Amino acid sequence: MTQASTNAPMPSTKWPSHLRLALLMIISLAILVMSVAIGHSRLPLDRVIPAMLGLNEDFIVQTLRLPRSLLACSVGALLGLSGFLLQRLLRNPLASPDIVGITSGASVGAVLFIVVAAGAAPFWQPIWAFIGALTAAAALLGLTWKQRLSVTRVVLVGICLNSGFAAITTLLLVMSESTTSAMAYTWLTGTLYGANSAVNHWLIPATVVALLGCLLLKRELAVLALSDEQQVGLGLSTLPIRLLILCLSAAMAALAVSFAGAIGFVGLLAPHLTRQLLPKHLPGQLIGCALIGANLLLLADLAGRTLFLPRDLPAGIFVSAIGGPFFIFLLARQRR
Amino acid sequence: MVSTKPLLLGLILLVFSAFWMSLSFGQTRISQQDLWQAFTAFDATSVEHTVVRINRLSRAATALVIGAALAVAGVLSQTLTRNALASPGLLGINAGALMFIAIGFTWLNLSSLLGYMLLGFLGATVATALVYLLAWQRGLLSPLRIILAGAACGAMFTALTQGILIADQATLSGLVYWLGGSVAGRSLEAVGAFAPWVLVVTILVWLSSRLLNLLLLDDETAAGLGQSVNRVRPMAGLAVIVLAGGSVAVAGLIGFIGLIVPHAARRLVGTDHRRLVPVSALIGGLLLLLADTLSRFIIPPQEMPIGVMTAAIGIPVFLVLVTRRQVAL
Repeated sequence: MTQASTNAPMPSTKWPSHLRLALLMIISLAILVMSVAIGHSRLPLDRVIPAMLGLNEDFIVQTLRLPRSLLACSVGALLGLSGFLLQRLLRNPLASPDIVGITSGASVGAVLFIVVAAGAAPFWQPIWAFIGALTAAAALLGLTWKQRLSVTRVVLVGICLNSGFAAITTLLLVMSESTTSAMAYTWLTGTLYGANSAVNHWLIPATVVALLGCLLLKRELAVLALSDEQQVGLGLSTLPIRLLILCLSAAMAALAVSFAGAIGFVGLLAPHLTRQLLPKHLPGQLIGCALIGANLLLLADLAGRTLFLPRDLPAGIFVSAIGGPFFIFLLARQRR
Repeated sequence: MVSTKPLLLGLILLVFSAFWMSLSFGQTRISQQDLWQAFTAFDATSVEHTVVRINRLSRAATALVIGAALAVAGVLSQTLTRNALASPGLLGINAGALMFIAIGFTWLNLSSLLGYMLLGFLGATVATALVYLLAWQRGLLSPLRIILAGAACGAMFTALTQGILIADQATLSGLVYWLGGSVAGRSLEAVGAFAPWVLVVTILVWLSSRLLNLLLLDDETAAGLGQSVNRVRPMAGLAVIVLAGGSVAVAGLIGFIGLIVPHAARRLVGTDHRRLVPVSALIGGLLLLLADTLSRFIIPPQEMPIGVMTAAIGIPVFLVLVTRRQVAL
């Protein structure tokens, strides 16, 4: 009942792959600059770009907007890559960190923090969320280890853990007061509000390292596209590969949701958009997936903080508003 | 694998006793004599009789019917897409129903619960039709395209619902009723109208078990056997609309059953739909009945949300089944 997620239709070959990737990079940079320039007050580009490069001192750009945009980039890229790895590993186009329980594990941690330790410094909330996500990942590994992390087993135990953690979150929300549950709901939708540059100082390098790690694993990822029988037939021991990919994917998702809340759909949509837009070349797909995830979240956050001024709405709301219709457009275009 | 006949018999007995428990136990304990008389010699002045006839009976019937409908819809969704992660929500059913209900709260000012139920069902149908339309490519319905179209449409409808909620905060309080999912407070008429549909569709699904079994093969093999899988897929989709769309309209979003009960049933009786469909339906109904009955006792006088209870009962059982038995999907 599993399915090769790699047999998605190829994009048309009108544009060669390097050109597509280069174009995507330029668009990403343009979106990044735009997201810093647009906001409550609109800033001219000749003020934004030098400040982004660190040539000028600018409070709005350097303290308020750039950290938030950069956080959106790293969180989006991490979620996109995590989804990409999981869809490869499980050979299932529906796989994403939200569906195997990692995001909902983080949610339990974060909501528990809001309910139990509301008085503590908010600095601790990402740490609680991270511990929650790691607990979920450890449970997933522990419960499937005896079956050598077989694909079907990981899928089944994953959906089960996801339901379980979601039930615990609901339970916590029911037992808590309404003010705390309002805070929790914002976290559960996913928001980049309150980003600061201290986090970015190590989250951005971590994202780059994760992307490089994925690129180094391209041979292992190619092996995962084969069926279990083919893998055995080739005499490959894939258990270490599966363990490595699963841990990497879980760690990326855990990092991302710890800082931005339970943002859904990025991990699911970014890999699919990538497959529709870029040729099958694996390193290109990985870089592209990171970029597309980053762009999705950047645009979603931009929409959240500008469309309904003066309100600053959680970015999680707009991820599906931007990704969904775009994906439908791509699917509809293929029908002809 | 367990032999089927004793299993079916045991499940039917369990469903009956769970139904009886759901009628008897709660904040008001009903004696066996009162329970019997509520049906044979109804006395409108007796509190016990009223509780049984007005409150508990519709509740138990809703739980049984919705549980069975969701489980069968789950089996069909997973077979239709050949994907273990699929559930009725995948076809856009939940997202479509919610959006239409949100529209109803914001702009239509409907007065009756029945109106919202019909609206929810309409939304589920429209969404699923859209998913099928998008998935249809050159006369073919591939499982992969159903999945992709379902994910995309689900995302879009969710976004639209959230947009409505942002524009009109009052709608949220109306939607909470459906978002949480509940089997309490539904009239017996609503369930009574839905139950025959569930029964008929489930029997039809069971009768087409052989065709459904073919959907589990890859398309080339099925075509080689001379079966048009493309004719089965739209029919199976229609059945999911009736079962899952109706369930969402009656009881709101109740997760877990549509996704996990089919897997539990598969662990017990294998993938053949002739056994899988009835066993799933019974397990689904049983689970929701038990969950609803237990939800009255955890934090009295409040009731536990039904989703939490189904997970609390279902997950331990499912984890044992999954980690012990060796059955390929």
